[in-house]
Amino acid sequence: MKHLWFHLMPYTELPDDFREHNPSVWVDIHSRLFDPERAHHMYNDFMDEMEFAAEIGFDAVCCNEHHSNGYGLMPSPNLIASSLARRANPETALCVMGNSLALYNPPTRVAEEFAMIDCISGGRLIAGFPVGSPMDTCYAYGQNPSLLRERYLEAHDLVMRAWTDPDTFAFNGRFNQQRYVNIWPRPVQKPHPPVWIPGGGSVETWRWCAEMDYVYCYLSYFGYKAGLQTMQGFWEEMKRLGKEPNPYRAGFLQFVGVAETEAEAYELYREPAEYFYGRCLHIDPRFAAPPGYATEATQRAGIQGQVATAALKNRKALQVSKSAREFDAILDNGYVIIGTPDQVADKLQRVIHDLRFGQLMLLLQFGNMDKQLANYNTRLYAEHVMPQLQDVWSEWENHWWPTPMAAADRASPEPVAYSSLAAE
Amino acid sequence: MESISTPPATEHVDVNGVPCRIWRKGSGRPLAFLAGHGGLPKWPAFLDRLAETHEVIAPSIPGYPGGLGHTKLFSHLDWVLAVRDLLNGCGLEDGDTLLAGSGPGASFALEVAALWPHKVGRLALIAPWGLFDEAEPMTDPWAQRLPELPGMLCADPENWNALKAAPEGVNSIEWPIEQTRALEASARAFWPLGNSGLERRLGRVRAPTLLLWGAEDRILPCSYGERIAAGLGGPARLEIINGAGHLAELDKPAKVAEAVAAFFA
Repeated sequence: MKHLWFHLMPYTELPDDFREHNPSVWVDIHSRLFDPERAHHMYNDFMDEMEFAAEIGFDAVCCNEHHSNGYGLMPSPNLIASSLARRANPETALCVMGNSLALYNPPTRVAEEFAMIDCISGGRLIAGFPVGSPMDTCYAYGQNPSLLRERYLEAHDLVMRAWTDPDTFAFNGRFNQQRYVNIWPRPVQKPHPPVWIPGGGSVETWRWCAEMDYVYCYLSYFGYKAGLQTMQGFWEEMKRLGKEPNPYRAGFLQFVGVAETEAEAYELYREPAEYFYGRCLHIDPRFAAPPGYATEATQRAGIQGQVATAALKNRKALQVSKSAREFDAILDNGYVIIGTPDQVADKLQRVIHDLRFGQLMLLLQFGNMDKQLANYNTRLYAEHVMPQLQDVWSEWENHWWPTPMAAADRASPEPVAYSSLAAE
Repeated sequence: MESISTPPATEHVDVNGVPCRIWRKGSGRPLAFLAGHGGLPKWPAFLDRLAETHEVIAPSIPGYPGGLGHTKLFSHLDWVLAVRDLLNGCGLEDGDTLLAGSGPGASFALEVAALWPHKVGRLALIAPWGLFDEAEPMTDPWAQRLPELPGMLCADPENWNALKAAPEGVNSIEWPIEQTRALEASARAFWPLGNSGLERRLGRVRAPTLLLWGAEDRILPCSYGERIAAGLGGPARLEIINGAGHLAELDKPAKVAEAVAAFFA
């Protein structure tokens, strides 16, 4: 089992009445709410938290890309990852989840920056390639929703070839034409870093991951109950395609809060959870569905799903609310798992098997949680939960994990003390 | 929407190898109508009125209800060529065509008139897209909360709702997908600002042009009409339709049809 420590880097000081006075946390959130000097501290706290997670034994630290977003302060996750490549525990993988390929012009920029991170880190990069949310891609970045997926797939082909073709080549795409593609540097990992695809529940994405032999990650903020159907659909599709049911093919994101007692967990994690689900997910629905973003096959499946659900209404079907904002409802719906280390480990055992995944992405900092609490949560998880889950799936091989240079062959960055330099 | 006595005749032409529906009704001098945002899932009262004096030909732009093949179009030139092929497929190859349109359809009508001036005799256009004015930005038609969209597009939201409501007995899964596809087709051609660079080509349009604008247009302010009229290379007149929104032909079908018919007479 792999444990990946994931940071969204939320702005932690949105006002209490944020919902009442602001239409959206995303796309048109007002700049008056952003204090750069407070963000200076947030970024540094967040990176401290990630370095702490790496130090205490998580298998990887993860960051991701969002734009014009009050709960995700990482327009460029590569900046964070490059800092971690130097400062964080050299045994820890760096999962950049990831770069939204269609947003880069030319997309070879992604091939270059990821290759840089792979070189700096000695081959520890996991390369995530999301299509990106409608808010990030179509609204904040002005991409055409009707062309986004084609642009994404073409950019993917360009990046993969830029990583693997030893010669300078011309790329004659529909959206990208480059006479001389020849990236320097090249990635350490051969033929290329492992590729993980964060996606929603579309059959097309599942098939594509299977065909390309990539990890599929279901990154939902709504936890294991809402994720069950999606993950079952994924595994049914893998079976249909004749793929072996290796759990490491799949990643899943879960919010977790660990404490000494159940009561303490309830007390500690209530505010950050309500902050996240109340303020950070306050998204104007007008930015949710640009026409063409969802493929017609996905729309069709969605409408058929609604019809089927309506038919099952009387049987109290697997309906999980996705609008809970009060802590009790957040817990009831499974968005956040809290408890003592043993309770959390028991619950995760079941979730890991029910949904079947080997790459567990954990949000142990969420909402307005401060560094002290984030590190407390991280420590309890690493020391008391992780050991109980370490052997899950030990019968399977993780083919999708970074293969770094041998430790002995790697550089060891020396910490530089400013005061000692000044003394010289 | 008024009920209609006889439905239009339906045929199909291929554009880039994909069929597009053509509706025809009435007799008299032919006129073609290129639909506005959302397309024509139903034959509207506005065209029924025009069919009293003209042979009305309503070809479906690729992606609009009745027309597929929008996914084969990538550049704006692809779109303009597709619309020209569509008009040719209607038998309107010879020139002097009476061409009407709304929103995106009106924008394509201007493009055709700019690129092939001999094809177009007169233009009657309702709130054409294609320009963007930073001082008075076009409202984002693709970022509206669903309950608010009808009121953005029509002065009376019920006019949009009536056009878009699934008729009894149609496939309940495919109907909403078809309506979303129509919005996607507009997005594919005009995302993100509605600005296709048409302003640079307006001077090439020689055909006399009537511009009709809903006084309550909440998508494109009337100032766009003045700007288009000023940029056109031929004679142009702007007429405001009171009580109408962006889709003036849905809000005031009789008034708009009357203005178009008078200009085309």
